[in-house]
Amino acid sequence: MNTQVNNGNGTKVRQKGEKHYVMIYSRYERFWHWSQAMLIFVLFYTGLGLHGLHNLLNFQLAVTIHTYAALVLIVLWIFTTFWNFTTGQWRQYLFKEGVMKVIRFYAYGILKGEPHPYKKGLQRKQNALQSLAYMSFMLLIGPALWASGMIYLIYDLWSGYAWSSQGLTLIAFVHTAAAYLMGTFVIIHVYMTTTGKTPTHYIKTMITGYDNVELTEAEKAYIEETHAISMKD
Amino acid sequence: MHKPRILAIKSSTLACLCAFLLGISNQIPASTDHETGTAPADSNMNFRIVEDTQPSIRDDGESTADHTKFEILQGPFESGPEVTKACLSCHTEAGRHFMQSIHWTWEYDHPDTGQKLGKKTLINTFCTNAKGNEGMCAQCHAGYGWKDENFDFTNQDNIDCLVCHDRTGAYYKTPNSTGNKACSVMFEGKQPIPWEKVAQNVGKPGRENCGACHFYGGGGDGVKHGDLDSSLKAPSRELDVHMDADGLNFACTTCHVTRQHLWAGSRYNVMAHDTEGLGLPGERRDVATCESCHSESPHSNTELTGIKLNGHVDKIACQTCHIPTIARGGVATKTEWDWRTAGKTKNGEGFKEKNYTQANGAHRATYKSIKGSFEYGENLVPHYDWFDGQMVYTTIETRFDPAKGPVEINGFNGSHDDGRSRIWPFKRMHTVQPYDKGNNTMVYMHLWGNDDDAYWGNYDFGRAIKVGMQKNSIPYSGEYDFVETYSFWPITHMVAPSENALSCNECHSREGRLNDLEGFYMPGRDSFRWLDILGYLALGGALIGVLLHGLLRKLFSKKNQQRDAS
Repeated sequence: MNTQVNNGNGTKVRQKGEKHYVMIYSRYERFWHWSQAMLIFVLFYTGLGLHGLHNLLNFQLAVTIHTYAALVLIVLWIFTTFWNFTTGQWRQYLFKEGVMKVIRFYAYGILKGEPHPYKKGLQRKQNALQSLAYMSFMLLIGPALWASGMIYLIYDLWSGYAWSSQGLTLIAFVHTAAAYLMGTFVIIHVYMTTTGKTPTHYIKTMITGYDNVELTEAEKAYIEETHAISMKD
Repeated sequence: MHKPRILAIKSSTLACLCAFLLGISNQIPASTDHETGTAPADSNMNFRIVEDTQPSIRDDGESTADHTKFEILQGPFESGPEVTKACLSCHTEAGRHFMQSIHWTWEYDHPDTGQKLGKKTLINTFCTNAKGNEGMCAQCHAGYGWKDENFDFTNQDNIDCLVCHDRTGAYYKTPNSTGNKACSVMFEGKQPIPWEKVAQNVGKPGRENCGACHFYGGGGDGVKHGDLDSSLKAPSRELDVHMDADGLNFACTTCHVTRQHLWAGSRYNVMAHDTEGLGLPGERRDVATCESCHSESPHSNTELTGIKLNGHVDKIACQTCHIPTIARGGVATKTEWDWRTAGKTKNGEGFKEKNYTQANGAHRATYKSIKGSFEYGENLVPHYDWFDGQMVYTTIETRFDPAKGPVEINGFNGSHDDGRSRIWPFKRMHTVQPYDKGNNTMVYMHLWGNDDDAYWGNYDFGRAIKVGMQKNSIPYSGEYDFVETYSFWPITHMVAPSENALSCNECHSREGRLNDLEGFYMPGRDSFRWLDILGYLALGGALIGVLLHGLLRKLFSKKNQQRDAS
């Protein structure tokens, strides 16, 4: 792991660390990721049907699946929000410097065979662009979808108001727009998983939880002492 | 209110056709339309052909009186009024009650619109007017002898108790006056009514009692309503889950509850949304709404679909989903009526053509000299629209602009955002009928009568209209033409079993049943054009972008490998 520490006079010095095969995605995190992925797929597929873009499901079935999947996803998000805060993992999503470097890498460096400008670490599981993308996923696209979705779901509670007709139009608009953004996110996200050392490297990591990351001496000592994180070597 | 897209085209072609035909029919009375061949005389012009005269089973064992044991009912009786006298000698208040009923007055003063309605004066889109033709039309008046303005509406002996209360099936009514030769053959050869037997076998009305008139509204079986015809006398469960002869076997009055001979369920003042639902036991029996028995949340509240369906109740009438199609009992309903073609004769005599065979095998007239040409429909998908219960009638006094498209004889109010309306099913009747070209009003036609002016005899619109207007003291310009009209009949019978109710897709789809209703967003039907385009661009752009990126990676990795190797 390359940690960047300030040596006091403003220049940054790299400390080289040993690489180890450690679990960077805990069991819950992986469960969250894959169940969320499945639910989003189901919601997107049924949602497209409800929007009238395909007729592969009848409307009643599509509404039923869409609604239950949404409810499950809401529960999952409640748990995950709790998990993110109790474990402190929410810090992973904070803005990091070097976004432009990462963008430059994906636009150009990756083609030239340059190394990724960002090194994964135990506390730095996501690169700067990832953090930004996931942050907007969790703070913009996600909330726009579930907030509009929940208001949509309880339509019958506000359908009696004079503004309900315009309200429904607005809610449907926001929900549809956010769904298109979500779809776009998923396409890019899935593609990005193929940009690791091998095309399936990141996917395997997300399944097993283990990745080869550099550990500082302190991290290594901590892990060996406490076994708080499993390490394969 | 009614989207005239397709109809506009249709009406324009009709208008051309109309103009063309009028050139002929106005100048040459159509009776001179001689055709060769020996057409049989029109001898079967009964508009109510009731083959099954057995009463429906309606013995709830609740009656505390056996009318065969009443001395006064032993007779002998020579006529209806004599029986009525006997009835009223015990049922002393029944006459007073009944005389308030629309079945007697044929009048309805609308409390909200102030319009004077009722069959007595209204224009309709079938035989156009009962007014002045009572000799024929008033055979569906629950009284004896109304043939002209001299009928005594204050004489209780004129009330016809038996038409509703006969439980033998042997009672029938005939026109109160004989018409012209073309019609005089009607109702001949019937067995005389066995008055004593009928008088002793009275009871609460069965479906055939109400049906004797209401099944045949508009001049024939199923003609008017589409959801009321003779198939409801003994319907299957599929046809009507409530009247199912082998099941619930509801009589009309099970829902159309009665108080002092006044019935719930007015068509002039419809309760389009019953927000009261069920009352406490013994309380809520004053309306004929679905909600008065099924409540405002009739679907299961323990499952998602049920909850969602209950959420529809505020905007969708029960009938909209639960009556998937109308006229599905084997009897057709009339959908088009064109008066312009009336009056053709063969060898100087009227004739009819029966070119429509309905599902129960009966042949229906597609042309009658006395009425014009018709089209029928069965298993019809109703016309849907927002309806707040308020019917707005075009009466004989209403002036309209014939250039503004079809005249709605009974239009209605409603919109998606008034908070009161619900989407209702209607049978929409389309007719081309005469109107006063000079005054832009509808006309009364003198159709029935044993005189030279009656249309059903002379086939002369000009005279029939002139006399019809004169007789009723309505100003007439002297010039008539034909105008397209619509009438709307809210659908509420022929409720299918729940498993046959409409599926969500029927409306929630791009080409669904509610496609013509605009102004509101409906999931599955509507989308945002620009948003969809942007959405496709985003999704497609992302997909193409990553594919290109992947391709470049592949190409460059080969290049890099070659470079590294060298």
